[in-house]
Amino acid sequence: MAEADEQLTLLDWHPSPFTTRVRIALAEKGLNYESRQEDLSNKSSLLLEMNPVNKQIPVLIHNGRPICESMVIVQYIDEVWNHKSPLLPSDPYQRAHARFWADYIDKKVFPIGRLMWASKGEVKAASKKDLIECFKILEGELGDKPYFGGESFGYVDLSLIPFYSFFYTFETLGNLSIVEECPKIVDWAHRCLQKESVSKTLCDQRKFYEVLLELSRGGPEPKWSSVGSIDLTPLNS
Amino acid sequence: MAEEEVKVFRTWSSPFPLRVIWALKLKGVEFDTVYEDLSNKSPLLLQYNPVHKKVPVLLHNGKPICESLVILEYVDERWKQFPLLPQDPHERAKARFWAKFGDDKVLQTMRMDVLLKQGKEQEEAIVSTIENLKYLEEELKGKKFFGGETIGLVDIALGWLAYHFNVVEEIIGVKLIEQQKFPLLVAWMQEFSNIPTIQDSWPPRDKLFDRYASFRKAALGEHTPK
Repeated sequence: MAEADEQLTLLDWHPSPFTTRVRIALAEKGLNYESRQEDLSNKSSLLLEMNPVNKQIPVLIHNGRPICESMVIVQYIDEVWNHKSPLLPSDPYQRAHARFWADYIDKKVFPIGRLMWASKGEVKAASKKDLIECFKILEGELGDKPYFGGESFGYVDLSLIPFYSFFYTFETLGNLSIVEECPKIVDWAHRCLQKESVSKTLCDQRKFYEVLLELSRGGPEPKWSSVGSIDLTPLNS
Repeated sequence: MAEEEVKVFRTWSSPFPLRVIWALKLKGVEFDTVYEDLSNKSPLLLQYNPVHKKVPVLLHNGKPICESLVILEYVDERWKQFPLLPQDPHERAKARFWAKFGDDKVLQTMRMDVLLKQGKEQEEAIVSTIENLKYLEEELKGKKFFGGETIGLVDIALGWLAYHFNVVEEIIGVKLIEQQKFPLLVAWMQEFSNIPTIQDSWPPRDKLFDRYASFRKAALGEHTPK
């Protein structure tokens, strides 16, 4: 149970979908925390101390102890503050189902999306096709449910919704229309945005695009080689 | 308790289904095994894992669960004996972190870049693997197993290091896990392999060697330098 003297600090970077997941989880549980924005071209000594292995955000520091990796952090939050707004279901099979889809989202959405926006020609065309395919598979999993979690917002919804911030980028750099290709996903996203924990947390789509452009303008030696695992080294097709 | 139907879809060689086999055996769960030929996937496999079409799949009373680490957590939640994850949430988070690290960083690099590449690309992959192994060595300080006194999720997830890894080393002719550099890891590999359940489950080494050698040959094409 959360006590008044519990210390929660999030090593954060607002545009990152991975830190966004953690911020949504913290908001769902009604937790107060300190957010420290990292400069990823100049990582703080705290970040390097708390995540020496991957040196990436997000890191949640709870009473001085670090937890790393976004969905590991989300599960931790769900387990410690288990008295309200459960993110994972209680049934083991349903839990496995949720973990499977969050893992799918991790393996597909971000790597394929990033490949698409950073590449040209054939590679771009192939990854665009893969990305649409991936969203269609997710639509299939969503089915007629309001959320991936069923009647309420849950673990899978939380793992996917931060990528809504990427839609303008996908559409502009990929020359596609997500609402045309995957209308159910867009409906679902709008439903999630009605939740304060989501709407107050998600990075604005245009802002994300601008941040990405700025990062990729870093010149021949981009300032940041990795941004919460975004690698903007343009790929040759 | 009603009879439970537990089936594991696996191949003879892949380390991923082996994790599930170990977990079930350690927990004393009875199960059937279905061997798949991934060049000719069975209709059942495609039905139970339509998204990835891979092994392992755990079928429990007709319901499929896919992805080895997801399956391990499911098995641990369903069968409480011989727990794989600790009780404390922070320790659980650490275990999940290391299991993910093992897969994303070490395993991925070994099977894709160290085994299947050559020249500069392979060299860089070897350097990166050694760096990552150092983190694992550090994590073993003061412990017999990654799980502490007994094996846990992380040991099972990293189990391939105690067997499959050496086959790759032999094929490429480079030893990465050297006794001098990684005394704790070497000790862990021996302790882990000494566990009867683990020892009895390893795939035949010569077959595995041939298999990995053929992967390397195929990846590098005909002009493979020795």
